Amino acid sequence: MATRPSWLMRNHKLLEKNSYILLIGILIVVAVGGIIEIVPLFYLKNTIEKVEGMRPYTPLELAGQNIYVREGCSVCHSQMIRPLRDEVERYGHYSLAAESMYDHPFLWGSKRTGPDLARVGGKYSDDWQKQHLIDPRSLVPESIMPPYAFLDDRSLDLSTIQSQMKTLKLEGVPYTDSMIARAIDDAHAQAGEDYDVEALRRDYSMAAGRDNTVNVREFDAVRGAPSELDALISYLQVLGTMVDFSTYEAEDLSNQR
Amino acid sequence: MTGHSPEIDPHTGVETTGHEWDGIKELNNPLPRWWRFVFWASVVVAIGYWILMPAWPALPGLQGNTTGVLQQSDRTDVASDIAAMRQDRAALSARLAAVDASTILRDHDLSQLALSLGESAFGDNCATCHGAGGRGAKGFPRLADDVWLWGGKLEEIERTLRYGIRSGHPETRTSEMPAFGRDELLPQDQIEDLAQYVMQKSGQRADAAAAMRGQPLFETNCVSCHGSDLQGDRSKGAVNLTDKDWIYGGDAATIRRTIYGPRNGVMPAWVDRLDPATIRALAIYVHSLGGGE
Repeated sequence: MATRPSWLMRNHKLLEKNSYILLIGILIVVAVGGIIEIVPLFYLKNTIEKVEGMRPYTPLELAGQNIYVREGCSVCHSQMIRPLRDEVERYGHYSLAAESMYDHPFLWGSKRTGPDLARVGGKYSDDWQKQHLIDPRSLVPESIMPPYAFLDDRSLDLSTIQSQMKTLKLEGVPYTDSMIARAIDDAHAQAGEDYDVEALRRDYSMAAGRDNTVNVREFDAVRGAPSELDALISYLQVLGTMVDFSTYEAEDLSNQR
Repeated sequence: MTGHSPEIDPHTGVETTGHEWDGIKELNNPLPRWWRFVFWASVVVAIGYWILMPAWPALPGLQGNTTGVLQQSDRTDVASDIAAMRQDRAALSARLAAVDASTILRDHDLSQLALSLGESAFGDNCATCHGAGGRGAKGFPRLADDVWLWGGKLEEIERTLRYGIRSGHPETRTSEMPAFGRDELLPQDQIEDLAQYVMQKSGQRADAAAAMRGQPLFETNCVSCHGSDLQGDRSKGAVNLTDKDWIYGGDAATIRRTIYGPRNGVMPAWVDRLDPATIRALAIYVHSLGGGE
């Protein structure tokens, strides 16, 4: 049974008795772990497909996303259509990495108590979204979704939206100075109030590289300052609609992975 | 201790580490053989995986990655799965899309196919608003009756399905009822009179004097769409006001509310979401629910 100790064991004393050598040894071992965690981040660009049409969320949509996060929608709804036949048949084209490149945090979710929402934009009318959020069972009797009627009564807090956009800009979301400066007006304009809609459309169409990507209307069918319901519905109605799939070449080798 | 021969524990015959704490010594057993086997096997499997599967990205700044000997790709897989599915359905889909809708109704096999395809597509896409079996909900018309806003012929249903109603699609069906109250086109008391007139004409109990005052108002403001006989106009999606079928409700308060600020409900366009065969199957399914013309 007795085997001769390995070279490392025989010389381990050197590490144990010299604290500086031990320190260097520890640094090397920790660095290996660190590199394994950090190096994949250098490849983020590599994983994002080149697509046309992606633009940052408008202030109203961004505020809607904040409500989506606050209410924990992603606990029950994923935003990730997997590349499987059945999912593509039910929900549409599988999700691309590019489609969540401006999401901080991303909201892929990990569980589907309710259906996937990655391409829910435009699938139902605003009226449906409103009524369904206020009382889900009035439309879908078998639903177990909780009602969110209070969103209709709460006016939207836009006081932090500009600082959030500045922060997102630091993270790489291409908000322009004009978008940030006009954020509050833009939010009111998109919710159908009498503000400068053209400026909103111009800024975000330029970011998207195509026209008509901003839905402008009274999402909650009520005139006046946007409610939280307005913001959430505007966010839901844009989900999965940004990428111009008429120009996306799924068959291209660089997009096959 | 280097240079000294290792100490062997007399009871087990195993070498000790040479350390001693208050007379207690530690045996220097090697790692179990099975553990070392699993460890090295994992290393070998990992290397094999790198060779077979996509594993290593290109150097920073370059696109792509090693594709692996197996050339495995989820996206290629799903593309071929979908191609295979289309192939399987191609013959029947082509027949569904090519033949005009009324011919399908006469062909038993084809209409059965359309009905089963339509039923599952309806459950996925339409039942959320129009209810299972098309029973409808407040604000979302019942499809299982013979009351139609924009027409109940197969072609008309299919057109509604394709382009939607006020959907924003360039070919959408569209019309807009004015907001008589919200836009201050009519004062509140005249809206009340109009509501009473509509109540009376739809066979409900109404204030006769108010209804009398409402009639000329109706003739100046409403007949161009709803018709002088209040039967509605399908070319404009104007509802028939004389029947018992209401989208939002037929009580006085709801009618008042609709005249004050109309609903102008929206149905999405499906032409970009569903393929032509599915839309045709849906049209046939909806047509079959009870009221197809």
